[in-house]
Amino acid sequence: MSAAATTIAHEVPPQAGPRAFLRRLRGGDEIAHLITLTFSALILLITSMLVYELWANSHLSRAKFGWMFFWTRVWDPNFDNFGAAPFIYGTLVTSAVALCLAVPLGLASAIFLSELAPRKVSDVISFLIDLLAAVPSVIYGLLGIFIVVPVMRTTIGPALIHTLGNVPYIGALFHGPNYGVGFLTAGIVLAIMVVPFIISVSREVLLTVPREQREAALAMGATRWESTWKVVVPWARTGIMGSVFLALARALGETMAVTMVIGNAPTIAASLLSPGDTIASTIASQFTEATGDLYLSSLIELGLVLFLITFILNGLARILIVATGRGGGRPA
Amino acid sequence: MSNVRIIWRKSLNFVMLSLTGIAALGVVSILFFILGYLIWNGGKSLNWNFFTQLPKPVGETGGGMANAIVGSLKLLMLAALMGLPVGLLTGVYLAEFGGKTFSFVIRYTTDLLNGVPSIVIGIFAYSLVVLPVKHFSALAGGVALGIMVIPITVRSTEEFLRSVPGSLREGAMALGASKWKTIVTVVLPAASGGILTGMLLALARVAGETAPLLFTAFGNRFWSPGFEQPTASLPVMIYTYAIAPYDDWHRQAWAAGLVLLGLVLVANLGARLLLNRGSAVRST
Repeated sequence: MSAAATTIAHEVPPQAGPRAFLRRLRGGDEIAHLITLTFSALILLITSMLVYELWANSHLSRAKFGWMFFWTRVWDPNFDNFGAAPFIYGTLVTSAVALCLAVPLGLASAIFLSELAPRKVSDVISFLIDLLAAVPSVIYGLLGIFIVVPVMRTTIGPALIHTLGNVPYIGALFHGPNYGVGFLTAGIVLAIMVVPFIISVSREVLLTVPREQREAALAMGATRWESTWKVVVPWARTGIMGSVFLALARALGETMAVTMVIGNAPTIAASLLSPGDTIASTIASQFTEATGDLYLSSLIELGLVLFLITFILNGLARILIVATGRGGGRPA
Repeated sequence: MSNVRIIWRKSLNFVMLSLTGIAALGVVSILFFILGYLIWNGGKSLNWNFFTQLPKPVGETGGGMANAIVGSLKLLMLAALMGLPVGLLTGVYLAEFGGKTFSFVIRYTTDLLNGVPSIVIGIFAYSLVVLPVKHFSALAGGVALGIMVIPITVRSTEEFLRSVPGSLREGAMALGASKWKTIVTVVLPAASGGILTGMLLALARVAGETAPLLFTAFGNRFWSPGFEQPTASLPVMIYTYAIAPYDDWHRQAWAAGLVLLGLVLVANLGARLLLNRGSAVRST
């Protein structure tokens, strides 16, 4: 065999390409290239296998429920009837609550860090905020169960029902029994968890706004706040939107803290005080006790849905952040 | 009239700027609140038994989480063995060899993988490792965490390799070193501080992950020798103990939370220090 191979190699007319290739092979460069290339290709393989496994293992559920999976409001393991509507609703509501709280807080902090604070103070605070982002999600859940839930049950919940609960239209959001666990509690915990991401990305983006923009506004007689709010923030708004999308993707996929404080009930209710469930929390709390192939398959389809949502959001976020990096969003 | 307007603008300026400061302070104080509360609450229940004993059966007080601490270390070791080499070599490929199109594809896929919710990674490891053999195992947990380590390592490795000045590479090549020799003996050592930091941060991040372990490593109230059995880990232990209805378990959960948070924060601080030293070496 090897003799044949050598004769073939001899018969090939000497060319620059293969010769150079062989020389580099002997030098080790091509080998190193191939090894690193193989490992990179492994990432492609892992990711495609991930998509394939989610798709293949949710086959039973997709075949049985089809598109109705998204509209069915019943999740009943006893009668093998599964619909994702309550969990999609719960995921959207908790994330919306989280963003309503986290975006103003995060943007304000980012403005303080990039526009007002001296560089050293800003760096120290940013470092502390990065540490906050490193706190494991289960720790947030632990604090959520033992601090946020009791406070919601005894203080904030009743207060909301007695004040905002009587206001027309938005009153429906704060209505009915108050257990402490529920959409609002999960949203509050999520807000604390995503705020560091909004701050660190927005701060970076705000720092890229050219100095001249601020100086021009100040020279025109604007106050510090006016120059920030009417010039700097609009300039950076594409990147800030990107940070919000990034935070949203985090909030949608966040599992442990939400599972621990949301109350785990497949309900669609107008009241934010009602217990609920999100896609991720349902998978976390029911996966190990899923008996029956259809049950498991439905949970895996939930995972597929979650994967697709975060995939799209992450893509959008990246495009927005890159767009600001290149020359900035044009102020309106 | 215009006087009123100026006073209004100035007071708006003052109020809004103060609010931004208060917001920043508020966010930072959350960190100190978490730290303080955990130290106060966890410190009370933390004792020597926590590190040396197995969990007691339901109803008996005391006991510890020795098996969960060892289990977490085992899972991290598996994750490091599987994830770090892939991450490192891919980072080297992207920074030193990569062509344009393929590099873009790899970078994009890496970002995609980084954004996948950890619970979905758990499902993936479950169908990959648990389903074929029909039982939970430390190996499955290691696979899940290993996959999560990869994208973080790739990004930091590539970034730090790119920050090595081109003149270093040219110097080595001018002396006749081949490309791989240049990378191994010159470029990688120059970037080693940063690369190690990235790896440490990646491990610190997965050390606190719970969701991907719930149905891969599962949990265990006893020692689990080898890598084929369900294995306890600190984060899953915290979850199980926190949602259980026993006061003694809650105390243990606080202690475990303190230990876990301590490990993660120390790793983060250590990484930061390592990075500062590394960059100092590079710039001189």
